[in-house]
Amino acid sequence: MSNYQPTGGRLLTLPVVLLAVIAGIGLYYLGLRFVHGLGAVTQLNGAHAWGIWVVYDVVIGTALACGGYALAITVYVLNKGQYHPLMRGALTASLFGYALGGLGAFVDMGRWWAFYNIFLPWNMNFNSVMLEVGLCVSAYILVLFIEFSPVLFDKMGAQKLRNALNKVLFLFIALGVLLPTMHQSSLGSLLIAMGYKVAPLWQSLHLQPLLALLTALTMGFSIVIFEASLVNSAFRRHEETPLLSGLGKAIVGLLTVYLVIRFVEIILRDKLGLVLAFDMNSVLFLLETALFVLPLIVLLSPAKRRNGRWLLTAALSMLLAGTLYRFNAFLFTFNPGPGYSYFPSAPEVMVTIGIIALEILVYLLFVKILPILPVEEKQQSH
Amino acid sequence: MKRRDFLKATGATLLGSASSVAQARPNLEPAPEAVGMLFDSTLCVGCKACVSKCKEVNGMPPVIEGDAVQYDSARDLSGDTLNVIKLYQNGQANQKDQEVDGFCFEKRSCMHCVDPGCVSVCPVTALRRHPKTGIISYHVDACIGCRNCTMGCPYNVPQFEYDNPFGQIRKCEMCNQAGVERIDQGQMTGCAEACPTGATLFGTRNELLIEAKRRLTLKPGDIYNYPCGDVNHPDSWHEQEVAAYQPHIWGEKEAGGTNVLHLSAVPFDKLGMPPLPERSYASISEGVQHTLYSYLALPAAALVGLSYVVHRNTRDSEGDSDE
Repeated sequence: MSNYQPTGGRLLTLPVVLLAVIAGIGLYYLGLRFVHGLGAVTQLNGAHAWGIWVVYDVVIGTALACGGYALAITVYVLNKGQYHPLMRGALTASLFGYALGGLGAFVDMGRWWAFYNIFLPWNMNFNSVMLEVGLCVSAYILVLFIEFSPVLFDKMGAQKLRNALNKVLFLFIALGVLLPTMHQSSLGSLLIAMGYKVAPLWQSLHLQPLLALLTALTMGFSIVIFEASLVNSAFRRHEETPLLSGLGKAIVGLLTVYLVIRFVEIILRDKLGLVLAFDMNSVLFLLETALFVLPLIVLLSPAKRRNGRWLLTAALSMLLAGTLYRFNAFLFTFNPGPGYSYFPSAPEVMVTIGIIALEILVYLLFVKILPILPVEEKQQSH
Repeated sequence: MKRRDFLKATGATLLGSASSVAQARPNLEPAPEAVGMLFDSTLCVGCKACVSKCKEVNGMPPVIEGDAVQYDSARDLSGDTLNVIKLYQNGQANQKDQEVDGFCFEKRSCMHCVDPGCVSVCPVTALRRHPKTGIISYHVDACIGCRNCTMGCPYNVPQFEYDNPFGQIRKCEMCNQAGVERIDQGQMTGCAEACPTGATLFGTRNELLIEAKRRLTLKPGDIYNYPCGDVNHPDSWHEQEVAAYQPHIWGEKEAGGTNVLHLSAVPFDKLGMPPLPERSYASISEGVQHTLYSYLALPAAALVGLSYVVHRNTRDSEGDSDE
């Protein structure tokens, strides 16, 4: 028997219609990109080859979709079964986040019709971080779909398929922990080869993969808290705060490790002066750091950790911190030399907003139709 | 041990061990018969004959800005421009080769790195370093258009054709791409051939390095007979007063060195050259990547361990093991 059920309710609500309109506008500009080329829609240029499509949709989007990853570690590796009720919601959000991240990468590809080249063994360059990212993200989208498929089997009543899958599911769960560890760290490693173009405060060279992984994990835990709180208020369900506050504790540990490594690197490489220079980079760094420190302070207090509002505030701050860290490193402080600047065009922004709208839209529809959210009242798993 | 000392020690160990990872691979060495060019900014008069010749050889249209139709007015590299001459000017801008109140010209084209970032980052091996000549070539059939090459190039050289829905990357291939093959046929690059003053000189990296070092020993104000065309058998010579060179051959060591070398009287950072350490970023990136993914040993071991743990943890709660 399943512990999850569809929430039901009308499908064609006002939010759904609004989201569909926004997604429609984004899709229109996306169409222009395919007819007239990347230059017609984006502000990409000779030195700024990656704009918000890569940085937001792929780098940040997949980090925000790490809820399934973070929760899989908690439930299946650390064996904390009490978090199981949150699993399907997190998994669904991860599936959409990653699928749309993959879509974002695809539409940004200048030669999208040749994308399959990355899967041909004789083309593969094993020195390339991008190869690892490409293969690993593709594989993980597949794994997420397999992990999600019990939801569909439940809906279809395909008990036999479900039982068959259950026998090997542990393998896919293990892959679902391994693959994000690999590509989330690699997304940070992409910065190494960009060298001096990445501002010194964000160019940690060998430590890039570690910092990217730690922040992706904290973002994963935070997005679970964020989504669960949001879903609870949107569908007027009772709160899962006690469960969520436990996740808050995990964030404290990860954040502490992250901040120590981040600052030790800055101190040892003599970059402390840049922190206090109070130019644009320094202000962005201080803002980013404040967003990382705030959740740490909030979550260190057991009372605040058990308060739904504080918990949500901490999670939001953490999500913004991880997002800003990535924006800062890849875009805001990225400096490829004199003569070039980048600011996204309105159509370019609309495509990204459209993709986000599409993601939320499909999530709303899915939880209404499919058994994704835990059954109300009693949510004790055996 | 004080807490602060402890943190410092831990940090140093962490940084140290992380850095030792990158020592796994040193910078690449120059190709055995590396060909290149020597661009001497003090000889360049800004005529842009090289820009024009480059377009002719590579079949690219001129870039026209406003009504200036008699000139190619490309300001920077693009999908239509593989080689461009840029103007440096300061203050009065009336003294050639002077940093203050002076002007000079600088060539922008692929530097053909010894340890190329573009080749290192390309996921599909669409960019390759020729094992003998060291020429960095582009192979459109493999390219997926991710543009990581542009991001990984210290000089922002590989250019995507953004105005073409079915575009590709464009970069200087030393006039040796399929269908052109000037180097294979014993010719020199188009830009070196067109240059009237010898500012762009063709040759092997070794010969050019010797010539560049010789120029740095000359006394400013003396007359030197500069070779034009191919350093090995010049088409002609060009006598000129020696300028006050910066004591620095760009490309001898920067990020592992380049096959295209630059000399100048104005400091290179003023000419827009990037701040590069001697160690190539490609070698650091590959060091990290190969430590983590060598023979996929670490991921494979992790998968076995994770499978075991997950299997044990899901077995306990039969009937609930739905994800």
